[in-house]
Amino acid sequence: MVFLSGDPKAARPFARFRNAGAVPSWADLVAFLLLAACAILVVRGAEDMSQPLAALHAAPVTLDPARLPEYALRTTLRMFLALGASLVFTFAVATLAAKSRKAELLIVPALDILQSVPVLGFLTFTVTFFMGLFPGRQLGVECAAIFAIFTSQAWNMAFSFYQSLRTLPADLDEVSRQFGFSPWRRFTRLELPFATPSLVWNVMMSMSGGWFFVVASEAITVGDTTVTLPGIGSWLSVAIARQDMRAVAIGVGAMAVVIVLYDQLVFRPVVAWADKFRFEQTASQQRPASWLYDLLRRAAWTRSLSRPLVGLSRAASGLRSPVRLPALRLPGPPPALGRILDTVWLALVGLTVIGGAWLLWSFLSVRLTLADLGQVSLLGLATLVRVVVLIALATLIWVPIGVWIGLRPKWAERLQPIAQFLAAFPANVLFPFAVAAIVALRLNPNIWLSPLMVFGTQWYILFNVIAGASAIPSDLKEAAGMFGLKGWQWWRQVAIPGIFPYYVTGALTASGGSWNASIVAEAVSWGHEHLEAAGLGSYIAKATAAGDSARVALGVAVMSVFVIAFNRVLWRPMYRFAERRLRLA
Amino acid sequence: MTCMTPIQAPLVEAKAVRHLYGKAEGANLLVLDNVDLTLNENEIVGLLGRSGSGKSTLLRSIAGLIKPTAGEITFPPREGGPTSVSMVFQSFALFPWLTVQQNVEVGLEAKGVRPDERRRRALAAIDLIGLDGFENAYPKELSGGMRQRVGLARALVVDPSILLMDEPFSALDVLTAETLRTDLLDLWSEGRMPIKAILMVTHNIEEAVLMCDRILVFSSNPGRVVSTIKVDLPQPRNRQDPAFRELVERIYAQMTRRELPPATAARDGVFPGTGLSMELPRVSTNVMAGLIEALHAAPFDGRAPMSDLASDLQYEADELFPIAETLQLLRLAELREGDLVLTATARRYAEADVDARKQIFAQQLLTHVPLAAHIRRVLDDRPSHAAPASRFRDELEDFMSPDYADQTLRSVTNWGRYAEAFSYDEGVDRFSLEDPT
Repeated sequence: MVFLSGDPKAARPFARFRNAGAVPSWADLVAFLLLAACAILVVRGAEDMSQPLAALHAAPVTLDPARLPEYALRTTLRMFLALGASLVFTFAVATLAAKSRKAELLIVPALDILQSVPVLGFLTFTVTFFMGLFPGRQLGVECAAIFAIFTSQAWNMAFSFYQSLRTLPADLDEVSRQFGFSPWRRFTRLELPFATPSLVWNVMMSMSGGWFFVVASEAITVGDTTVTLPGIGSWLSVAIARQDMRAVAIGVGAMAVVIVLYDQLVFRPVVAWADKFRFEQTASQQRPASWLYDLLRRAAWTRSLSRPLVGLSRAASGLRSPVRLPALRLPGPPPALGRILDTVWLALVGLTVIGGAWLLWSFLSVRLTLADLGQVSLLGLATLVRVVVLIALATLIWVPIGVWIGLRPKWAERLQPIAQFLAAFPANVLFPFAVAAIVALRLNPNIWLSPLMVFGTQWYILFNVIAGASAIPSDLKEAAGMFGLKGWQWWRQVAIPGIFPYYVTGALTASGGSWNASIVAEAVSWGHEHLEAAGLGSYIAKATAAGDSARVALGVAVMSVFVIAFNRVLWRPMYRFAERRLRLA
Repeated sequence: MTCMTPIQAPLVEAKAVRHLYGKAEGANLLVLDNVDLTLNENEIVGLLGRSGSGKSTLLRSIAGLIKPTAGEITFPPREGGPTSVSMVFQSFALFPWLTVQQNVEVGLEAKGVRPDERRRRALAAIDLIGLDGFENAYPKELSGGMRQRVGLARALVVDPSILLMDEPFSALDVLTAETLRTDLLDLWSEGRMPIKAILMVTHNIEEAVLMCDRILVFSSNPGRVVSTIKVDLPQPRNRQDPAFRELVERIYAQMTRRELPPATAARDGVFPGTGLSMELPRVSTNVMAGLIEALHAAPFDGRAPMSDLASDLQYEADELFPIAETLQLLRLAELREGDLVLTATARRYAEADVDARKQIFAQQLLTHVPLAAHIRRVLDDRPSHAAPASRFRDELEDFMSPDYADQTLRSVTNWGRYAEAFSYDEGVDRFSLEDPT
């Protein structure tokens, strides 16, 4: 068939092999080894996960460095499983929200709120639920951990996909309709490619946050149940319990290696690949580069290997639904009926809300009093003060530094990846050092535990400010130089307006992360020493450890309200102001 | 060829097509009002009109992308299978993540054509349209002209009976557009394309005269067909040919003619709505001043045909009309039979210095633009001499859609700022009489 097609390229299969060369290149070898190793690691990790729970007790987490690579692998695997679940969730829920107005009315605000809920607070409920689902199997606890990561990733991904679907270019939509694309073809040819760049960006942000939660969720204590899943997080919690500083250091090193590998082997290749889907009509000047992506593209055999895959994806996009659905052109309900349906839907939603509120009330009112609410609100204020003060401090420190770096392209080029690495690095891994220091120096935990909350999140401010400062157009900088703008005037009229939109993005992410981090940062331990700062985070942490689900629910709800109010009152107006006035066209 | 048959076979018939945009309640926008159209075999028909004349809406109704509010579009049965349509877009509408060849194949793929067949036909179309060698390129690597060639190949590869083109050359520079037009006309006259007829939307009068056998001139707000012009000039046509020039000027005259009888709405009739509810276009005061100066100077000396002005100033008819009509609204110029004539006030304006110009403009603005006068009156009446802009926006939205209300208010704001009739603070969204300190 191929030879008869009259296509000169397809008719010369040997030419292809000649180009590939008989002697494998070094690129071939390296790429093969990498891929084979990945495949084996995934199989190993998956085998371990389906062990019965008894195996965990029989072989508890030990501080044997030889086992650390395996722990690191298990931790990484959890991350990617959660990512897979998040992607499935994203495609299903965001598509539903974009296609159905009724679903949209519920899903969009729900996603907005879920983005602000402290996910660590969920652990109590999910562990109980999943262990009930798979009694006696490790899988239940694994699922709980994976679900915890999922809850830290899924919402912003779904939100970004939904927004892409809502902003599909009108002309491409018309082409698809004019050629009569099936829904599946429309998804693979138009919607998914268009959404890819922003989805990839959000996946990467989610992953950065995810490392934090995977570490926090591997060693879980809910009431009387304590589970330590094999992983870096458990290694650290065992090391902390034994006050073994050397083991902590090794764990931190392992985490660093994992993040570097993840950055080089996953993050960069994927970003370089996604660049192809950028919706722009002119080729961009600076394209993201990745040595691995280039290697895989250059190695001849990966190309021949990927050919069946390409064929498969072609076949997939050529799939027709097994039942040939007649192209139903529903005339759309008459307006009167449409209004009735809307009313019915709203009534249903209203009833559910009332039912839910009653359920909440009946659950909480027996267990809690109004005094509890007052106490929790006060603790919330304490945590709020910490977040505000620390974000302000981080701003004062990092904005000048970030601007300084961003204005020097050579430095920015070198330091930007480091700032991004630090943002992805789970700060809770480093807590033991700080805690040990606080214990040794007998410092006041109410003050000195607070910096831990922004320890991991301050980097978002730094790398966004660097990006903003590098993006200040050179003609503006030249004009500022020409007219001799200096000192405060230069900051007021050039630097701050230039970086502001970027700063708001960074600070918003940092403050959201800090609220979450408060749950692990306000209550920490070192061996038998327990340190605690009065705040909403430690309240939730204590209630979780005690298995007191009513108090956890109250704490999580109050924290969500604080976060949402904080976003609405402070960040959103700033964001809008930046969008309207400070965007460089 | 069948063009010798006495009765031409209609490919599409549109009857009494009417289309409303907007919601069921509130301000509706009538974009198409009772439009009839018949497209026959072997002709190129142009839909010519200003923006807002509904010509694109008619094209999209025929393409099946829009269902018109009323009226019907039929494809009379013909021998040789059902009539099919395919479309070329102003913005090219290429998938940036697909190569040239994949873009061309996309329509065949959707129809379920086998891969080898698909490939053969795509390569043939790429060859026909002059894209050889670019099969593996991505759209972002191509120039605008090459991209529109991909758009053409993609439309032709599915063997449509009718090729629909929505301002296909307006996003291209002058030279590229001319090359593409010539290539398309050559393919058409040599019968090398599978299509039976072409229906194209344009706002470029010369382009319509150059390419079409028949031109339907649309009026705007609402869109109606005001005249049908048959172009009998032999192909290839020459822009310098006196007959060509004459036809172009005739069409200009037709497009500037006021549809409303002079008794109604006095001379405000060019923009939809009257008094406060008039929708105003966004025309900068610099452009108005520039046009007045150009018209005031030699060789025009106060009066010029619109077609000459357009080619002299490198404007498309579509861009020139709103400027001329704004001048007309301000009584700075008048449109007479395709000519733009400056008024005495405008000639005074042309010779005045900056401050005197502002005074003249302010006077014309406050006398002849009811919305500007209204804002000024409200500001004068209030002790604070300030008023929120939302108040006027709400008033406008009683008459027009929020988008138009916003555009109208922005236009008046800019004109009022230039005239120093009132000032506006964007941060708090307020009009006031204060000078900025």
